[in-house]
Amino acid sequence: MGSTFTSLPAEHHAQRAVNGQQEVYRAVLTEDKKRAAYRALEDRILNGPGTATPDQRARAFSNAGLSQPLAGLVGKVATRPAQVTEADFAAARAAGFSEDQLFELVICAAVGQSARLYDAGLAALAGAIAVQEDG
Amino acid sequence: MRLDVLNRGYGPGAKLLFALIRLFSRHPVPDAARLVFYRPDFYGTRAKEFTHEAMRGPSAWSVADRELMAAYVSTVNESAFCIGAHSATARQAYQDGPKVAAVLADLESAPVEDGLKATLRMLGKLTRDGELGATDMRQVLSAGVSRQQVQDALAVCAAFNTTGRLADAFGFEVLRPEDFEAGAKYLLKRGYR
Repeated sequence: MGSTFTSLPAEHHAQRAVNGQQEVYRAVLTEDKKRAAYRALEDRILNGPGTATPDQRARAFSNAGLSQPLAGLVGKVATRPAQVTEADFAAARAAGFSEDQLFELVICAAVGQSARLYDAGLAALAGAIAVQEDG
Repeated sequence: MRLDVLNRGYGPGAKLLFALIRLFSRHPVPDAARLVFYRPDFYGTRAKEFTHEAMRGPSAWSVADRELMAAYVSTVNESAFCIGAHSATARQAYQDGPKVAAVLADLESAPVEDGLKATLRMLGKLTRDGELGATDMRQVLSAGVSRQQVQDALAVCAAFNTTGRLADAFGFEVLRPEDFEAGAKYLLKRGYR
């Protein structure tokens, strides 16, 4: 399935942006039990056993570095999930993805987008606290 | 659901459980409940743990407030299944249907306290735009919401951005109102574990 993916390096912009936000808020906020529980989910779907490769899962999680038709399905899951259709799944199946691979990659896309929102919110909180304490 | 494995790929234990639930509750098993039984080691086990912690774990927000946040985030995402499930749960938790309906119809004119309104506004902006500034967050803190409450609200937001995306992508069946009411009663009694 190598031809399904573009040749972007595994470490791409989306992931670097997330890491940057985490550095910002981790300096100010202590990680609570809830964020830790979400991180355990992220870690499992990215790094545990699966039928999609870790690289495929990382790209779906980051919504970056995928080619069509998977990029279409993953992009919709991340940014306009109400518009996903049966045709998006049919196209991905026709490209050779199994049901279990699509199960995993859709979950990675949903969790990845939600993790970015979570981190963006925590980074904004850390920023607001820093301003309060400076002022 | 759009993947055949999510309709038919469950083990004998899960199939028996689904049959018993249908038999005794006289309501269908919601697809949200079925999904977490498919290869639970990949997603379901940790997703349930996180969602229960976010929705029922220790927090200065009430269960009703958190269910309202779930319904509000789902409304922004236009996730029909999650709107149905969590507006029903919020209505039962508050025992106040008009309040929930008012928030989901027009947050700014809805009769809720300033801190909760500012928090819902922030969660809506984050969910819609995918980004948030320190200024947006200062408005929430200025309305009297604590740092920990913000963190707790962001956990609810993450839980329902995840579940809503899966509901829409996998095509969860939107249930009849009486089935959503039965599901809401279960969620208030037992939580998400």
